[in-house]
Amino acid sequence: MSEKILLKGNELLVEAAIEADCRFYAGYPITPQNEVPERMSWRMPQVGGVFIQAESEIAAINMLFGASAAGARCMTSSSSPGISLKQEGISYIAAAELPCVIVNMQRGGPGLGNIRASQGDYFQSVKGGGHGDYRLIVLTPATLQELYDLTLNAFDYADFYRNPVMILGDGILGQMAEPAEAHPYRPLFNLPPKDYILDGCRGRAPRVIRTLFLRPSDSLVQHNLRLQKKYARMQREISLYEEFETADAEVVVTAYGIPGRVAKGAVKRARREGLKAGLIRPLCVWPFPIEPYKRAVKKAKSFLVVEMSQGQFIEDVKLALECRRPVAFLGKGGGWYPSEEEILEQIRHLAAACLKGLKTQRKA
Amino acid sequence: MEFRRPKTLKNVLTHYCPGCGHGIVHRLVAEVIDELGIRERTIGTAPVGCAVFLYDYMNCDIIECAHGRPPAVATGIKRVLPDRIVFTYQGDGDLAAIGMAETIHAANRGENITVIFVNNAIYGMTGGQMAPTTLMGQWSTTSPAGRGQLGEGGPIKVCEMLSALDGPCYLERVAVSTPKDVLRTQKAIRKAFEKQIDGKGFSLVEVLSMCPTDWKLSPKEAVEFVNEKMKAVFPLGVFKDR
Repeated sequence: MSEKILLKGNELLVEAAIEADCRFYAGYPITPQNEVPERMSWRMPQVGGVFIQAESEIAAINMLFGASAAGARCMTSSSSPGISLKQEGISYIAAAELPCVIVNMQRGGPGLGNIRASQGDYFQSVKGGGHGDYRLIVLTPATLQELYDLTLNAFDYADFYRNPVMILGDGILGQMAEPAEAHPYRPLFNLPPKDYILDGCRGRAPRVIRTLFLRPSDSLVQHNLRLQKKYARMQREISLYEEFETADAEVVVTAYGIPGRVAKGAVKRARREGLKAGLIRPLCVWPFPIEPYKRAVKKAKSFLVVEMSQGQFIEDVKLALECRRPVAFLGKGGGWYPSEEEILEQIRHLAAACLKGLKTQRKA
Repeated sequence: MEFRRPKTLKNVLTHYCPGCGHGIVHRLVAEVIDELGIRERTIGTAPVGCAVFLYDYMNCDIIECAHGRPPAVATGIKRVLPDRIVFTYQGDGDLAAIGMAETIHAANRGENITVIFVNNAIYGMTGGQMAPTTLMGQWSTTSPAGRGQLGEGGPIKVCEMLSALDGPCYLERVAVSTPKDVLRTQKAIRKAFEKQIDGKGFSLVEVLSMCPTDWKLSPKEAVEFVNEKMKAVFPLGVFKDR
């Protein structure tokens, strides 16, 4: 039975995590995600789980390292500066192939930045962040329904691939409230047994979880090859996106998260004006969904990237398009987001350019 | 009396240098785990430093942690599996420099874990740099004129510092530089594990230990350094027992 609930994003996230059997949370206060540890602090005891307010984000992520090694479904949350502190631990957890869920309700940066919503941590999330060759699955909800559903899925992805999963939200998603269906948790996969956990070696040989590979000298090469094989498998198996009016679109707008939502409004208005606009909105930015871009490129004359950062997401869009079409850019940093009007204006401009290009072609 | 290898200690040679104290401390921890019959429900954490290969020597579940983070990792394990025995094994750089925040806060929470803290006043694995517990005037590769000449401050006394907190239930400083000290150390380690079994909270045993290689001393001189120099700065004894 699912019920419709009305909560702030940060609070809904907690309910989704608990519904997905998350029973360990460690975190540290930072705006705009404080409702997560606050709600966890009374919800976890209710369900027999563990809540710890850690002394730092570094400690929190390392508590997850231990909790995950001990077999618990676990989660931490923070916002941009705090996520920077977690990068060391994230690298270790990825290297040790332990599952966990990390939530980043991004705020403006760099540095202490501000406490408005931003997408400035895109590179950090999908290109690394911590040291070494590792990948996170990075989920990008734009509505509270998607936040709820993707949070349920995040724990399954983490367990299935034995990999950390990041939910990349922003301050708007965390702070806004809208109704969402609280579906009961059903596993996405037939999950493998946790035959790697450390719970004492009763009746079995002792287990070791480690990330140092010195002997034999090529053991780290082999470990990395194993990881790369897993990442390639994720790329084959995970592709999450929304396509909206792309079938005949000449101008394809693409954005993820909150700007994706704003862009959808702009595309709807453009359609009402008779402009052939469409939208590709990734729900996961690593692995990056390449197929919708490959499909759209057949009809589209140009693409428009919208992001709440100064040119990060656009790089992956260009890679997906293999630079076969011009890509316009509308980005805002510093904690501000592009408005529907601004996006619509860009669509009109690009549609007019398409028309002009068509006329020139005809003359020739 | 028969001299046997504890079941918790694997039958392998260690990588430790001649005269190093780690081998002794490993054995004492292994003996205590055997005596208490807890090997199959014990999870250890390995630090970054000379003891990183703890899992090559200890015959129980081990997780290797990032530098300084074992108390946080151990917290995660213990909270998920409160009926298991969880210990950290850490050096001075790991515990008292990069991981000081994790140490203090795990202690302050009274986290029900046991910390084995090997203090040899130097960074061993990286080749002899100054540690937070390096003595005043002591030479190291990063205090070539002796600690104290470049505003380094003095050695941190971990047991004294932690004894100011309400969280810890047992804090004792011991050494492995004489046979008598080794016996005392085994008793302290046993007591620290018993405190955890009894659910009393955070226990820590600080073990003054030798590092002849990085001190540039012979094994015999290294023992004398612990007995004469280190014990003077780091007095042995029980700092908390409740």
